[in-house]
Amino acid sequence: MTSRRGTSCRAKDVLGRFGEDLAARHLVASGVEILDRNWRCREGELDIVAREAGTLLFCEVKTRTGTRFGTPAEGVSERKVARVRLLAVRWLAAHPRLRGPVRFDLLAVSREATPGLPEAIRVEHRRGAF
Amino acid sequence: MALARALAVAVVGVQGHLVEVEAHLSGGLPGLALIGLPDAALAEARGRIRAAVLNSGQKWPDERITLGLFPATLPKSGSAFDLAMALAILAAAGVVPSPDPRRRVMLGELALDGRVRPVRGVLPAVLAAVDAGVSRVVVPARNAAEAALVPGAEVEPVPDLRSAIALLRGEYEPEPARAGTDEADRLAARPSTGPWRALHPPADGTDLDLADVAGQSRGRLAVEVAAAGGHHLFMQGPPGGGKTMLADRLPGLLPDLDLASAIEVTAVHSVAGVLPPDTPLVRRPPYRSPHHSATPGALVGAGTSVIRPGLACEAHRGVLFLDEAPEFVRPALDALRQPLESGVIEIARARMTTRFPARFLLVLAANPCPCAKAQARGARACECPSAVRRRYQARLSGPLLDRIDLQVELGAPSRAELRADAGSAESSAVVAERVAAARAAMATRLCGTPWRTNGEVPGPTLRRGWPLAPAVTGAADRAYETGSLTARGLDRVLRVAWTLADLRGLDRPGTSELGLALSLRIPGREA
Repeated sequence: MTSRRGTSCRAKDVLGRFGEDLAARHLVASGVEILDRNWRCREGELDIVAREAGTLLFCEVKTRTGTRFGTPAEGVSERKVARVRLLAVRWLAAHPRLRGPVRFDLLAVSREATPGLPEAIRVEHRRGAF
Repeated sequence: MALARALAVAVVGVQGHLVEVEAHLSGGLPGLALIGLPDAALAEARGRIRAAVLNSGQKWPDERITLGLFPATLPKSGSAFDLAMALAILAAAGVVPSPDPRRRVMLGELALDGRVRPVRGVLPAVLAAVDAGVSRVVVPARNAAEAALVPGAEVEPVPDLRSAIALLRGEYEPEPARAGTDEADRLAARPSTGPWRALHPPADGTDLDLADVAGQSRGRLAVEVAAAGGHHLFMQGPPGGGKTMLADRLPGLLPDLDLASAIEVTAVHSVAGVLPPDTPLVRRPPYRSPHHSATPGALVGAGTSVIRPGLACEAHRGVLFLDEAPEFVRPALDALRQPLESGVIEIARARMTTRFPARFLLVLAANPCPCAKAQARGARACECPSAVRRRYQARLSGPLLDRIDLQVELGAPSRAELRADAGSAESSAVVAERVAAARAAMATRLCGTPWRTNGEVPGPTLRRGWPLAPAVTGAADRAYETGSLTARGLDRVLRVAWTLADLRGLDRPGTSELGLALSLRIPGREA
């Protein structure tokens, strides 16, 4: 079950948390300034809000182990896209002093576990994915 | 970010139009957007293409794919674009070298496992491609023989998407025209036999002999004249008189189609999807005899997004036989007036107008009354009131019968006629030879005109171009003056007389041919 503080013992939530940490580190490494993580409101939660050269980035992190059910990018549904857009509006309303061009990015994290090989983890940053 | 193009063909009616397929990969969220007036079947291509690519051992691009079909204004439909779309995507993804759209046209439907399935309308599509200067055509292996009919086409048959990929990489040499190698395709294409053999009779009537129609010498003559002169034929008479038998034997009297006509007919049959895969070129005149419940759409062609040719179009350069003609609904019969007049069927819908060639020989058969016992003797005699009979016959009157040169009354043969005729009836082979000679004579006389047979020549042209002496036309003129023959009827008699002369090897009709032509019509049934 999800606790109030956002930590969870469910496998998919653990994986999601793991992916978000990786994605955040990837962003920082590529010179992006993180403004907010796991920002919540009544409608849901934004994974990462960041800023890159004056542009506000609303980042969705999608993590998958293996591609048996499709690539991470394929896991982002129309509904999810719509929700992130709505949450972005809510976030901007809550932060009236932070303004600038807005972009929606996808961070696709894949963890491939092949028996006998070290785990291969990939983070792909798709700028302006939706 | 990548862009690649491939070329395909959209067939509207029997006309092919080159269509450019563009694939654009643009990062972002994976998905496939299809733009450029696709219909439902074409929109389903998304699923087919993706499965086929994955099952051919290739990766599906994890990006946003935009597929465009141009010109966007042309309504595109069906599954024949699958192959071009798949290869455009693979080229944009860098899997295969970008195909040069000016060099190759690609046609074919993809099965989920990557096989390339045959499609309709390959012949008109390849004709359009070669006409536009693109002589290389990649086609489904089962359509290879059909595509190869087009002069100047370099056919590259592919059995599956793997082979098509190899072909673009220059690693695959297509085996010329190997048809039906795939077991599943072969089974699917196999005509049903066994208990349903009766449903697939040989369509062209070559196994039927005119000599079988005993005691019906007038009927046999009428059919011979119809075949020779290309005259439309109307037969009226009681059931059992041999009307249907005669009509069934008419196609067997017609000469083989010349190459140009054969290509036309094959193109129509290809679009209609009735072409046999092993012997694609239709060499014999087609024969269609729809049941009288046929709708107008079934006869001339119908459809919403795609207009499919009807039976009248399938009978192009052949014979269309309407048995029990008065039982057809009036709109169905009237729909045939345009093709009888112009040889073309034009079907207009909101999105487009489609034209099909339909120059057929029309044969109508009718009973004299709805109870179908008229003129039968004794206990089987007809009991219909005369008003009912008149109304029944009037269903065929007017503009349709106007176009029919031969209108004959066929009585049931008596026992003596049956016996007397048994030995003397000529076989189809003998008659067909005479028909061929008559057609040759006609072609020589009509050389330099737009017509090929006497049945097509308009009356005024016939009277002015090849006038006959008054002594010859005397009987017909008298019939005209007494009112038993109308002006149109007079033209019909003249046309038939010329065909009789051609059949008899004369250079022009005499009194005997005129007299015979006068007898090949139903007195009092003039339009």
